[in-house]
Amino acid sequence: MTDFADIWSYLSQGPLLWLTATLAAYTLGDACFRLAGRTPLVNPVLIAVAVLALVLHLTATPYATYFEGAQFVHFLLGPATVALALPLYDSLPRLRRALWPVLAALVAGSLTAALSALAIGAALGVDATVLASLAPKSATAPVAIGIAERIGGSPTLTAVLVILTGITGAVVATPLLNLLRLRDWRARGFAVGLTSHGIGTARALQVHPTAGAFAALGMALNAIATALVAPLALSVFSQGLP
Amino acid sequence: MLHALIAILTFQLVGETLARALPMPLPGPVLGMVLMLAALVVSPRFAALVRPTAQGILSHLSLLFVPAGVGVVGHFATLGGQTAAIGLAVVVSTILAIAVAALTFAGVARLTGSHDD
Repeated sequence: MTDFADIWSYLSQGPLLWLTATLAAYTLGDACFRLAGRTPLVNPVLIAVAVLALVLHLTATPYATYFEGAQFVHFLLGPATVALALPLYDSLPRLRRALWPVLAALVAGSLTAALSALAIGAALGVDATVLASLAPKSATAPVAIGIAERIGGSPTLTAVLVILTGITGAVVATPLLNLLRLRDWRARGFAVGLTSHGIGTARALQVHPTAGAFAALGMALNAIATALVAPLALSVFSQGLP
Repeated sequence: MLHALIAILTFQLVGETLARALPMPLPGPVLGMVLMLAALVVSPRFAALVRPTAQGILSHLSLLFVPAGVGVVGHFATLGGQTAAIGLAVVVSTILAIAVAALTFAGVARLTGSHDD
């Protein structure tokens, strides 16, 4: 005769339970996002993370045990990055027609995102690991995590900084760009995708199709640019730190 | 679908191998993305082959983020007094980056006479 405690101790040690929980928590977050009228403030990832963190806390489950199951989802970050070649390929004809504005905005935006975050962080005295996690935060999740791992940042902290950057960009973009009186949908979309990756791109697609296409382009190009810019920017600010 | 998956994983594998051979700190998957873009440009048949699988993976891009995000919970305690500084750095740098990128794009588009359709 097996009681509930035995079943629980069996299931909570294997990957099946936590893989299912990860997918279910995300589906719940996505349902909340749809119910709230797709407002960028209700973010499905943040909801899923909060729900799972609460469940792990209440069941006293260590993160390592949870990750046994969640690693199957985590693994797909790499193939997803490779798959970003497809939207980039689809935007190539429009990219050729806007080559110079795209390149100039890419260099200026990527440098501004990394350098201003590091300048504020360094001025307020955050430690070296946090600085290394801040540098790639405008790149899309899998890329930012990969870069952070290579330059001495924390992958988990980077993941949260990337989500926060995405939500901030999605919320401020429309009022900010209206204030600047910019009406070029290519410029608006490209800036949001470059700075706020997938979350910003999803937001741009809701606003205007041209903005959405250029946001996808900005996200893909900044994935490459950040891999070069983040270590460079970090080297400017990490001198003198332990 | 199986062929597309093999293609995507192979590009990642080659990218990971190159990343260790190159002196630059480029992550393997990013190199894999660049290589796959080259393959897509060379062969439209290849684009048709990988399209459904690539779109399937990308349609749930934000889900892939959840496991790493859950890991931050154990992290908050170690941040301590740095939380406010980190929040300020994220918000201000995001606003600056959007403004600078959009203004640069619009300015250079005007200079080079680049119009959308």
